[in-house]
Amino acid sequence: MAELSKNDEQQDATPNVSEVDVVEARTEDEAVDAIEAPAERGEPILQVRNLVKHFPLTQGILIKRQVGAVKAVDGISFDLYQGETLGIVGESGCGKSTVAKLLMNLERVTAGEIFYKGQDITKLSGRALKAVRRNIQMVFQDPYTSLNPRMTVGDIVGEPFEIHPEVAPKGDRRRKVQELLDVVGLNPEHINRYPHQFSGGQRQRIGIARGLALNPEIIICDEPVSALDVSVQAQVVNLMERLQDEFNLSYLFIAHDLSIVRHISDRVGVMYLGQIAEIGTDEQIYDHPTHPYTQALLSAVPVPDPDAREHRERIILTGDVPSPANPPSGCRFRTRCWKAQDKCAEEVPLLAIPERFQGSDSPAAHESACHFAEEKDVVHAA
Amino acid sequence: MTIIEDAVPATRHTDDERTPLLEVRDLHVEFHTREGVAKAVNGVNYTVRAGETLAVLGESGSGKSVTAQAIMGILDMPPARIPKGEILFRGQDMLKMSGEERRKLRGARIAMIFQDALSSLNPVLTVGYQLGEMFRVHLGMSRKEAKAKAIELMDRVKIPAAAARVNDYPHQFSGGMRQRIMIAMALALEPDLIIADEPTTALDVTVQAQVMDLLAELQREFNMGLILITHDLGVVADVADKIAVMYAGRIVEQAPVHELYKRPAHPYTRGLLDSIPRLDQKGQELYAIKGLPPNLLRIPTGCAFNPRCPKAQDICREQVPDLMPVTERDGGELPGRASACHFWKETIHG
Repeated sequence: MAELSKNDEQQDATPNVSEVDVVEARTEDEAVDAIEAPAERGEPILQVRNLVKHFPLTQGILIKRQVGAVKAVDGISFDLYQGETLGIVGESGCGKSTVAKLLMNLERVTAGEIFYKGQDITKLSGRALKAVRRNIQMVFQDPYTSLNPRMTVGDIVGEPFEIHPEVAPKGDRRRKVQELLDVVGLNPEHINRYPHQFSGGQRQRIGIARGLALNPEIIICDEPVSALDVSVQAQVVNLMERLQDEFNLSYLFIAHDLSIVRHISDRVGVMYLGQIAEIGTDEQIYDHPTHPYTQALLSAVPVPDPDAREHRERIILTGDVPSPANPPSGCRFRTRCWKAQDKCAEEVPLLAIPERFQGSDSPAAHESACHFAEEKDVVHAA
Repeated sequence: MTIIEDAVPATRHTDDERTPLLEVRDLHVEFHTREGVAKAVNGVNYTVRAGETLAVLGESGSGKSVTAQAIMGILDMPPARIPKGEILFRGQDMLKMSGEERRKLRGARIAMIFQDALSSLNPVLTVGYQLGEMFRVHLGMSRKEAKAKAIELMDRVKIPAAAARVNDYPHQFSGGMRQRIMIAMALALEPDLIIADEPTTALDVTVQAQVMDLLAELQREFNMGLILITHDLGVVADVADKIAVMYAGRIVEQAPVHELYKRPAHPYTRGLLDSIPRLDQKGQELYAIKGLPPNLLRIPTGCAFNPRCPKAQDICREQVPDLMPVTERDGGELPGRASACHFWKETIHG
């Protein structure tokens, strides 16, 4: 199965952004119908277009005036296909968690659209929005703060049913919750326990069970394993992969651990300062990166092989990530880039297949936002 | 920096080949809690020589940080207690020293870098003041001299425009820069030994690479001993000379870095290495160590790893395995290698 889908991708070199099939819905009922319609495997289920989120910076106490904005997300577009895992990597402050919040409709977008099955969820309200929310769930990073310490596991996992009673009628809920606990590998008899009676890995399983409760189609995972011990991370990653097959889920997997992202993702997007620097299949990004930032990021990851340390070519970036309130002109990476030229300060590079690779079927022909994109194999330097 | 030698005459140049810089012998640390006694460290032995990097690898609760805090003498006692053990610094047992003697070593001869730079720096004092404090307290310098020294140090750790930033407060620096200030502070008095407790865990990978590079460079320059405490198998592979793997308060395996990655001699180490996602495993299940790290109030009898170990036999549940030297199949020596597993032979030689 996994092999099949890989071949498909190579044949048509899936463009990152497809045409949006907007579904016109005049009434709420029509919108709900469109949302409830089953999605076909391999179809784009979530289409993000020019998404922007600026957080205003204000000054003054009585008379507040806006003096600027933190440009957390500044114009990103991507598709999430049914049944795939799209990994998003980037350093802290690059806006990856803000993207997650926007997709969950937890923050209002400043501009841009998010289409879920052809419906722009940023404009929905009422029953239609509720239906969308049922289908997009989230698993949070920190299993210690994302579970209410005063609620039992049964209440935590069963709480979504209070809001969406149509999924599980009242009398059936306890059984349903126990089923969910069993699915994520917890003992169903522990339904009356409190979060503090569980370890970090078990708590993350509770968070995953809560995310699964409403049979969603998409799960947004924001750093789901980074707070866990090394020996437990693999358990949770395995669980998430198993659940994806079992329930036909699409994942947006946000993380900074590049090796785990590669393991779980079909496609990977690299973010820098609120924009996507490069996006492609895991093989294209990891083995044939063309954006200097991706190359630096990959080369900086410590490799768990002491023999590699002598031969490995490392690109050590100088300086820190600039403030998103005042990003550099032109290409945002130019202040830390070793290839930067005058052109980079003047012209914003667009996220597109670089000209030199256009029409080529090499794996380097994927979208990269760099004027001087060229291939550099950093991982196999050993 | 010759002044330092006069002020701290003690032992700096008496480094003879036989006495290691630091030797921890059979160290035990326990915490008295309301629920009982938590045995955080249960008989740890290790040595560090000048210029050497020892990586202590372990998960949370394995006792790696508590051991470091015991060496630094910064454990809160009570609730902590050290019922047994010796910590020899250049042959002298620090646990038997007076508070005054230890204070002279701490910071000057042995320094520590903490994980979270933001909470380890005082937010209401400028970084220049905090860096200069080392020189004022230990060497009795004047404020002006101390500030000049602080600027020199900030230059050393490559903070741009050090002279202009010396009066800035910690919150005005980025995470990577703050960690550099922590390193500068640890280096201030040119210690013989640095203990770095997860120094890059809170940093992004590109910044982590910068900071680790800097640390390694300064270590070479000053020929310091370095104890690097971490859970990251990648960072360890990049910088360590030798590794001690800890589990439930004990060292379960010790080995030179190349050996450990090639041929682990303990099922726990093997499990950790196997659970790293590898390229050829794409689309397959990752190897996962089953179960959870043990509760320190109720460490399993026998080998603490036995409930999670795929090789566990009856003997593992009954008898605590000693840390034994590991040899080649034909009995040939493997210097520096040891494993605390009843079945190390099967583990290493397959």
